[in-house]
Amino acid sequence: MTIMRSVRRLAAVLVFVAPTAAFAAGGHVALDTAPIDQHDVASLQRGARNFVNYCLNCHSAQYMRYNRLADLGLTDQQIKDNLMFASDKVGDPMTIAMKAKDAKQWFGAQPPDLSVIARSRGADWLYTYLRTYYRDESRPTGWNNIAFPDVGMPHVLWELQGLQDLEAAKHGAEGEHGGHAAPKLTLTQAGSMTPKQYDAFVADLVNYLVYMGEPARLQRAQIGILTLLFLGVLFVFAYLLKKEYWKDVH
Amino acid sequence: MSKIAALTQWIDDRFPLTSNWKSHLSEYYAPKNFNFWYYFGSLALLVLVIQILSGIFLTMHYKPDASQAFASVEYIMRDVPSGWLVRYIHSTGASMFFVVVYLHMMRGLLYGSFRKPRELVWIFGMLIYLCLMAEAFFGYLLPWGQMSYWGAQVIVNLFSAVPFIGEELSVWIRGDYVVSDATLNRFFAFHVIAIPLVLLGLVAAHIIALHEVGSNNPDGIEIKKKKDPKTGIPLDGIAFHPYYTVKDIVGVVVFLMVFSIIIFFMPEVGGYFLEYNNFIPADPLKTPPHIAPVWYFTPYYAMLRAVPAMLGSQFPGVIVMGLGVMVFFLLPWLDRGKVKSIRYRGPKYKVWLTLFVISFVILAWLGMNPTDFLGKFPGSTLEMATFLARVFTVVYFAFFILMPWYTATDKEKPEPERVTG
Repeated sequence: MTIMRSVRRLAAVLVFVAPTAAFAAGGHVALDTAPIDQHDVASLQRGARNFVNYCLNCHSAQYMRYNRLADLGLTDQQIKDNLMFASDKVGDPMTIAMKAKDAKQWFGAQPPDLSVIARSRGADWLYTYLRTYYRDESRPTGWNNIAFPDVGMPHVLWELQGLQDLEAAKHGAEGEHGGHAAPKLTLTQAGSMTPKQYDAFVADLVNYLVYMGEPARLQRAQIGILTLLFLGVLFVFAYLLKKEYWKDVH
Repeated sequence: MSKIAALTQWIDDRFPLTSNWKSHLSEYYAPKNFNFWYYFGSLALLVLVIQILSGIFLTMHYKPDASQAFASVEYIMRDVPSGWLVRYIHSTGASMFFVVVYLHMMRGLLYGSFRKPRELVWIFGMLIYLCLMAEAFFGYLLPWGQMSYWGAQVIVNLFSAVPFIGEELSVWIRGDYVVSDATLNRFFAFHVIAIPLVLLGLVAAHIIALHEVGSNNPDGIEIKKKKDPKTGIPLDGIAFHPYYTVKDIVGVVVFLMVFSIIIFFMPEVGGYFLEYNNFIPADPLKTPPHIAPVWYFTPYYAMLRAVPAMLGSQFPGVIVMGLGVMVFFLLPWLDRGKVKSIRYRGPKYKVWLTLFVISFVILAWLGMNPTDFLGKFPGSTLEMATFLARVFTVVYFAFFILMPWYTATDKEKPEPERVTG
């Protein structure tokens, strides 16, 4: 009977612990779901444009070649004319002119390469991060971020988004109640885009970053469906073959 | 004589082709009552072949150089034709190898496949498991991501906990004071040639030993005891080929479907097969806040962390972790039951086996997470996760240590004369 008692105790521990685990797994910041669609070629093209215009000056994407953008329905000439500012060979990778040593001196840290950033950070984090910058005079850059506290990068897109302030009142509400009251940002100065336009701009950019993290992504899903169809047919024959042979096993 | 028969005769005069074909396939008699659990041996062999073939192609493009390794993996993912496919096959194969091997081992626990006369089959199998762990560990450094780097750092540092010679030992293993280019090069050598050679030899020994004693079955009885007096063939035995070859093909197709779903639609498997932090290049100056091994090592990692340091040394934890793996070797001699199969075992073994499986799964889950992820006990400094890891480490070992007693006194049911179902 002692065994039954330990089993019951074990069950009690599990019931008690499981909800805590789910809660803890939630992380610090509630992330917004990135409204992206890898099949939306127009969005990917806009994202590529946003990327080369706003990111590819300080951040490299050294594992991505310009001519790979043919995936997005662009010709070499289109890529050359619209997306290449730092290089003139379409087979070149997306490198930057800034030297690592200089970058470190200017920003404190070298801006990370963004080739696979979507694979380490995830689309939702990127989408949240690029939208949660706020003014913070205590930081050397004057900027802080909810998703990435004490971030080194200033808000490069502020002219588009405008200025946001963190609602200070919420600071006190947090504390021992574990008050997960989401910090609230308010737009104090409008940017050149409306909030809706800015969200769409960031979504396109994140969509592109996800694509760039794994350009083979769309292709693999297509091959996957064909492979499974083939295996499905093979299964029928394999099963019938087995049944035929096993008829004489009793 | 036909030309084929003549050729076969020519070979047989010089090499035991026909006799080997017969003794290992067409006249190797396996019990006819194999169930679901008996697919995983042949599947493990399949995954071994998949890993060797995909590994060969990866080796053609990968650069075992600390300054080029990460980039060469991305080169494979982007510029090598179908390189992404080969890489995903290999990374998925690594995890699936452990999935099938854990299920294969579970089969042994369910039906007593480790028991006399199959002790050596079990021991060779355990040695394969050890090699597999080494192979996975060495291979995981090669992509040179943050988790590769710091995972290797943590594991190699375990050796520095060895009293007296620890520091020198860990430097000797790394070839440097930290994990570096020298470490990467030697891990590459171990991963692509040293361990695979040993692994292949052990797989051969595992199968030769198995075919010597014959396969166990879900009833745990010896089919060789009841033979047809005229032919000498076990009454409950059927030829491995064609019966089990055609049956295993069905298993292979189903397995490949699961494998394909992972490769083509979810190669990261939510960060369990490919950890997200491993897409950040290794940075010796930046320790990630949370270092977790890949899922198949996490039960042992949880044990390591569960044991408190003694006299300022982590060595006891290292010992417990090592014993956690090694204790499987003793199974054939710990089990005093008269029957082998779970079908005829008494309630004690059933309860203990259930507790063992629960412990293994919970330890795996705890090992994936930081020790503070469940918080602390109210009014105490003891972390709840650490406490749980300790409890389940004790249950894990109790399954083995108490086995001679609970199996000897269990209320077992009589075994049938012939296989059922």
